[in-house]
Amino acid sequence: MEVTTFLGLDAVMLARMQFAFTVSFHFLFPAFTIGLASYLAVLNAMYLRSGNDAYLQLFKYWLKIFAITFAMGVVSGIVMAYQFGTNWAVFSDKAGPVIGPLMAYEVLTAFFLEAGFLGIMIFGRDKVGPGLHMFACVMVALGTAISATWILSVNSWMQTPQGFEINENGQFIPLSWLEVIFTPSFPYRLAHTLTAAYLTTAFIVGGVGALHLLRGERDNHGVRTMFSMAMWMAAIVAPIQIFLGDQHGLNTLKHQPVKVMAMEGHFESHPDGAPLILFGIPDQEAGEVKYAVQIPKLSSLILKHDLNAPLDGLDSVPDELEPPVAVVFWAFRIMVGIGFLMLGVGVWSLIARYRHRLYDDHWLHRAALIMGPSGLIAVLAGWFTTEVGRQPYTVYGHLLTQESSSPLEAQAVGISLLAFIVIYSSVFGAGIVYMLKLMNKSPHPGERGLDAEPGPIRTASPIAVGADRKHPNGKRN
Amino acid sequence: METGFDITAAWALILAVAVYIYVVLDGFDLGIGILYPLFPGKRDRDLLMNTVAPVWDGNETWLVLGGGGLFAAFPLAYAILMPAVYPLVIAMLLGLVFRGVAFEFRWKATGPFSNWLWDTAFFGGSFIAAMSQGMILGAILQGIEIADRSYAGGWWDWLTPFTLLCGAAVVCGYMLLGACWLNIKTSGDVQVEARRLARILGIATVGFIVAVSLWTPFLHPEYLGRWFAWPAIAVTAPVPIAVALLIYALARSLTEGESDWRPFLLVLALFLLCFIGLGISMWPWVIPTQLSIWDAATARKSQIFMLVGVLFILPIILGYTAYAYWVFRGKVDPDEGYH
Ligand code: HDD
Ligand code: HEM
Ligand code: HEM
Repeated sequence: MEVTTFLGLDAVMLARMQFAFTVSFHFLFPAFTIGLASYLAVLNAMYLRSGNDAYLQLFKYWLKIFAITFAMGVVSGIVMAYQFGTNWAVFSDKAGPVIGPLMAYEVLTAFFLEAGFLGIMIFGRDKVGPGLHMFACVMVALGTAISATWILSVNSWMQTPQGFEINENGQFIPLSWLEVIFTPSFPYRLAHTLTAAYLTTAFIVGGVGALHLLRGERDNHGVRTMFSMAMWMAAIVAPIQIFLGDQHGLNTLKHQPVKVMAMEGHFESHPDGAPLILFGIPDQEAGEVKYAVQIPKLSSLILKHDLNAPLDGLDSVPDELEPPVAVVFWAFRIMVGIGFLMLGVGVWSLIARYRHRLYDDHWLHRAALIMGPSGLIAVLAGWFTTEVGRQPYTVYGHLLTQESSSPLEAQAVGISLLAFIVIYSSVFGAGIVYMLKLMNKSPHPGERGLDAEPGPIRTASPIAVGADRKHPNGKRN
Repeated sequence: METGFDITAAWALILAVAVYIYVVLDGFDLGIGILYPLFPGKRDRDLLMNTVAPVWDGNETWLVLGGGGLFAAFPLAYAILMPAVYPLVIAMLLGLVFRGVAFEFRWKATGPFSNWLWDTAFFGGSFIAAMSQGMILGAILQGIEIADRSYAGGWWDWLTPFTLLCGAAVVCGYMLLGACWLNIKTSGDVQVEARRLARILGIATVGFIVAVSLWTPFLHPEYLGRWFAWPAIAVTAPVPIAVALLIYALARSLTEGESDWRPFLLVLALFLLCFIGLGISMWPWVIPTQLSIWDAATARKSQIFMLVGVLFILPIILGYTAYAYWVFRGKVDPDEGYH
């Protein structure tokens, strides 16, 4: 097919932009729902154990927000399931035998589980009784984690492929499923991404709590509880995340050294100790980082645990196999920067807690409020590092991006890309506004659940409603 | 296949079942979306939405299984089909975006404008998704050009009178399913109206089935031979006869109205027969006369790996899905959401 262009871009470039746009949008929602589903399960369990109404209030409060994000995650996810075929037909044909089954398992073990129990989690508390309702909450949370596991296994295979052979049609044929599923980067990616989702959620919850503390709701039990829980998460999980990120990076150095060169901005090889470039402006043409602020030998210390260890630079790889350095370099710094800021908030909260000022330290609250959406940014930055750093390959070392795309006309991809941009921005923009409106109100005693809103109604089933409404301890809620 | 068991054929069957389940389940929720403008009252609309709110997400998941299953079991077919019907797939996906978010956003809307907006999104999204699905089916039936393991046709090939007919047929069929579902889940005026609509839609659907059935055999000589040559006709003839019997039963149960469930079940059976008819036309092609299921099949190792999963997990899925429907069984009470 002849090469066509749309606004000066060819079909492959447009397909890449479309994929990056839709997957970035999609990922924002799971990054929040993976954490929130677990948070809701924890809140519900604590309510059932203690009978403390504050937990039920919070459960109902966050459930409304969860329902909106989840719906957006689902509809944007269905788009992803078809994008492989629409935009990456050659990739689908070739890699299908390896990654297709993993994605099928994701549908079977995760998506059905979430979808099947979501209705009961949202509308079913009075219908199935507290025990089964709790079970439904756990199944939804479990479903989100299983989903992440499979899709990250797919992604990790694309990053560090193994366990296959290539047949006469150029297709990747699986040899060992264990090797395909458990590729070298998979455990690191899974741990780092799941932890990222928990942190993202913790900071959103903490930001909302901080907002209401700043508005003087110090005595609102729900607000205090959510802020405190979120700050515990930040304090405990942020350092773990930095540790996991470091391990992830070391592992990447082993399997995708070129990506690490781009992350570090190492254009030149350093035979006796590479510097850590903090900031600077990478110039790929010139092959150097301009205005670099750097600390000598620190990079070798971090990556090799030895000040004088030699590190190769991008001068050791052919130009056409280099990823775009600037995106990787900056995305990586944004993620790491946010990671350390999160750690800062976590430590600060510990100090405030120790001094009994957790609910009074307005500067802490302001910081937590500003950091509210930081997890989402870090997560996107992390993915940009990972995915752009894998270029120019889709299956690292084996299949070039240029050779992966569908035989489409630039026109078709360009128009659909514009449609995605306009529609996603407006539809999901509206959803985000609705969520912010809900977050702008504080949780209050007697919080109405989704089931009591003038919203989705449950059916009038023959199960006696009153009997199930009772709390297990005999209290009515 | 020394064992005599053809795993590729088994996969074709599994996918067909997944698509059938998708069509009937999401069919009724999309149908309700399309019927939406016929129920102008806010209260009625709330009710319509609530008949599917707890289950639509699970219903839509079968579409992910259909697409993901095609990718996994027949990657080459997936890789050829998706670019061939690219604009339709994108339209369907965007339609589903609007329809899906409308479930949540509608209750958050405050002003009359945003109310109107999400109601329109619900209707428009459902309509576009249904229409695109029908047209995709039409595009597959009429055939797709292939060269060298990839799509070789033009980017408007999917737009023909035949595909438009198929699109309209699916829209109509989904509306019928939706109306029959409302007959189960509602009472009073809404139910009376749903029954009236179901009667009209039943007739229209039959018209579409006849039109598509008469047209299809003339698309490819091969289809023609399948349906009308002797002895094949001995096998194919019962399908139209069974369709005729079902339609008679449907008409009766809609007028008599002693069972709320019967019309819905009869429509399910009608759709099943349409599926069998499609199967007779298409077998063993994934893309008619060009790509057979064996050409498109993934590696045997991949088929086996997934088959194990399907055999163990699908029954569990069916179990808890049935449970979720059971929990939300019965008529939806129009007043319950308003205390
Ligand atoms: C809240 C989110 C978040 C935070 C605070 C961090 N990361 Fe991260 N990072 C991710 C969220 C994330 C991610 C979105 O989950 C990525 C993208 C793909 C992946 O495996 O995880 C990622 C990728 C990623 C990679 C790329 C690995 C590869 O592509 O092979 C490295 C080296 C790091 N991270 C390292 C770090 C370090 C050293 C951090 C701390 C200072 C850090 N991350 C904080
Ligand atoms: C885990 C599931 C994922 C898989 C299987 C996946 C797969 C892919 C594929 C096939 C491409 C297109 C080929 C290419 O240009 O390399 C791509 C590109 C890209 N993806 Fe991912 N992706 C995943 C998750 C994500 C997420 C969550 C994000 C962002 C938040 C992301 C960001 C990108 C970007 C920015 C590109 C474009 C890279 C470039 O063209 O330079 N990906 N990915
Ligand atoms: C290209 C890659 C991706 C594809 C093809 C994809 C596909 C999908 C699909 C089809 C759904 C809807 C499921 C339903 O109907 O319930 C979905 C939702 C979801 N996805 Fe993705 N996804 C991708 C990337 C990711 C990544 C990178 C993650 C996490 C690490 C992820 C986690 C989830 C989760 C947790 C859900 C549940 C819905 C939600 O929580 O919002 N996905 N995805």
